[in-house]
Amino acid sequence: MWDYTPPEIIPRNGIVINPAKTCQPIGAMYAALGVHRCLPHSHGSQGCCSYHRMHLSRHFRDPIAASTSSFTEGAAVFGGGANLKTALKNVFAIYNPDIIAVHTTCLSETIGDDIQVYINQAQVPPGKAVIYANTPSYVGSHVTGFSNMVKGMVKGLSVNNNHPNGKVNIIPGFVNPGDMREIKRMLKAMEVRFIMFPDTSGVLDAPLTGKYEMYPAGGTKIEELIDAGNSTVTLALGSFASEDAAQELRKKAKVRPLILRNPIGIRATDNFLMAVSRATGQEISAELEEERGQVIDVMVDLHDQYQDKKVAVFGDPDIVIALTSFLLELGMVPNYVLTGTPSEAFAKEVEQMLDEAGIKGRVKAGGDLFTLHQWIKEAPVDLLMGTSYGKYIAKAENIPLVRVGFPILDRGVHSYLPIVGYKGALRLIEMISNALLDKQDREAADEDFELIL
Amino acid sequence: MRQIAIYGKGGIGKSTTTQNLTAGLGEMGKQVMIVGCDPKADSTRLVLGGLAQKSVLDTLREEGEEIELENIMKSGVFGIRCVESGGPEPGVGCAGRGIITSINMLESLGAYTEDLDYVFYDVLGDVVCGGFAMPIREGKAQEIYIVASGELMALYAANNISKGILKFANSGGCRLGGIICNSRKVDGERELLEAFADELGSQLIYFVPRDNLVQRAEINKKTVIEFAPDEPQAEAYRGLAKAISENKMFVVPKPMDQDRLEELMMKYGFLGL
Repeated sequence: MWDYTPPEIIPRNGIVINPAKTCQPIGAMYAALGVHRCLPHSHGSQGCCSYHRMHLSRHFRDPIAASTSSFTEGAAVFGGGANLKTALKNVFAIYNPDIIAVHTTCLSETIGDDIQVYINQAQVPPGKAVIYANTPSYVGSHVTGFSNMVKGMVKGLSVNNNHPNGKVNIIPGFVNPGDMREIKRMLKAMEVRFIMFPDTSGVLDAPLTGKYEMYPAGGTKIEELIDAGNSTVTLALGSFASEDAAQELRKKAKVRPLILRNPIGIRATDNFLMAVSRATGQEISAELEEERGQVIDVMVDLHDQYQDKKVAVFGDPDIVIALTSFLLELGMVPNYVLTGTPSEAFAKEVEQMLDEAGIKGRVKAGGDLFTLHQWIKEAPVDLLMGTSYGKYIAKAENIPLVRVGFPILDRGVHSYLPIVGYKGALRLIEMISNALLDKQDREAADEDFELIL
Repeated sequence: MRQIAIYGKGGIGKSTTTQNLTAGLGEMGKQVMIVGCDPKADSTRLVLGGLAQKSVLDTLREEGEEIELENIMKSGVFGIRCVESGGPEPGVGCAGRGIITSINMLESLGAYTEDLDYVFYDVLGDVVCGGFAMPIREGKAQEIYIVASGELMALYAANNISKGILKFANSGGCRLGGIICNSRKVDGERELLEAFADELGSQLIYFVPRDNLVQRAEINKKTVIEFAPDEPQAEAYRGLAKAISENKMFVVPKPMDQDRLEELMMKYGFLGL
């Protein structure tokens, strides 16, 4: 019953069917949760805030706390200044966060609320901080919102006070807490001193202890965000989610930016670790080299299961770019690559990768899943990789779906485990080959059903 | 780079004054950009020799979000760079949001280059909503000039705009640079405007006389300096350009209440009666 997508492709304007993106504030809220004792604040009507919290809760399966300016018709006419000032006062008094991260909504953006001015006029208790980001959802996607809020952290807090700290700033991008944990583990293995922001590990993958903590132990500390202005270099992982903040640090505090792909797969992880090593003089540890060797070993063992298989990949631009690169390393054929986030740079970067690999594929930014489904109907693929929203295509076309990216609403555990680093590469290979082999087993004729594969 | 916003009552001659003034600055060899923040998109007609410009919002509407700077910025007389925000068609949508979108887009496309001496924002009418205040918000225009004449409604609007400036002066740091009189040849105009500016704590920075030549230049889609460089009116606009380039008086205005405004009007406006 899920197969109503017509195969013939008709040019479409002004309609998106099954979008592959969501609202800016979701990204902003997620980024804000990566700051220790931070309460995200949604400057808009209550519905926005509820939806964004719910969506994040469904992906992470953890409670998401956030406050709202609770706009009514009055705020729409007179502007949201009074609401925000009251909200800041009340939230500090009642929920006592160390910092509030305000993001806007479509309504407050259309009103044209000047958030910086409202914050200047608000009563912020001594020792507390307020940062903000403009996040109109009619621009970009949730990735843009994430990027804007991370930039807001730098803009609002980071200072170069001429005391070089010898540290490396790491902006991990819009990835799961499990990925952030893995990036930190790799850095610790190299004995690198670093400041990572945002850092949702220990917040959105916090353990169940029986006692509710509104502000779990994890997250980047405010002092660290301030001190990020004294670091030697900023490594921004993923240009869409992290570059703006790194450039802002360069402008504001003269910290050198280095923009890399998310460390997904062998090459991107190699590049990341070597960049860290060059920036700090620290050697890449034997432990990490061993992990790399394991991935190579597994590739040799399993390549016949996935080699030359066609893959359709969709999701957020940074993740999709890095994944496409990894699929090419594996010898797979990512011939449909799509993101919902609008961007010309995305198409250029992916097309170049496919060109170099000699693959004639279809690439689209600002696309939707209806388009992806039609491509698949035109010429099928062996595997689909992306968010939970791909499950309708997977069911209709009987293609295995490997769930990666945001959001994953119908499976658990994913947010605790990495897809970055060599460990992440291992996990991806396991997911990919299992998905393909499960289908093979399920559909095998009795005489072809094998114990050993 | 000096960023300057021009405000004033609708129809007072903001766009005409801004373009003739920027022509004066351009003739002096200054690098100037005009950002038209009026949905009518007629802020750069004289500099470009006609409504030659596709507005930012039209471009957005037709070509989607991936826009190059050359799509929305054109170069006119004296190398003046022109951008028109544009807006929705009358009666629909949100023009204020259009201005926010346009200015953000100019910033992200790198239109604010280091070689610019001046950026002018030509903003429609009053500061009616958050969008129309965009040019005077944080880090943008620090100087504001109000175009006015000796008519009560023009001064009423100028006073109202001062209230807006006062609000943003406390938080954003913008200052009133002065009142430009675009003369309507009403009684006691200069004296009235001097008194008005004085009351605001500011100055009448320049008195642009009324001359039909401005109309003729407009019909020919040219600035006065380009159309008739040797006429006294061209000299007047050069004088305005000089006054603004040399201006050192930037204040937080003290807007007056309605009664005081009408008192001023009675005192100066009807002297001849």
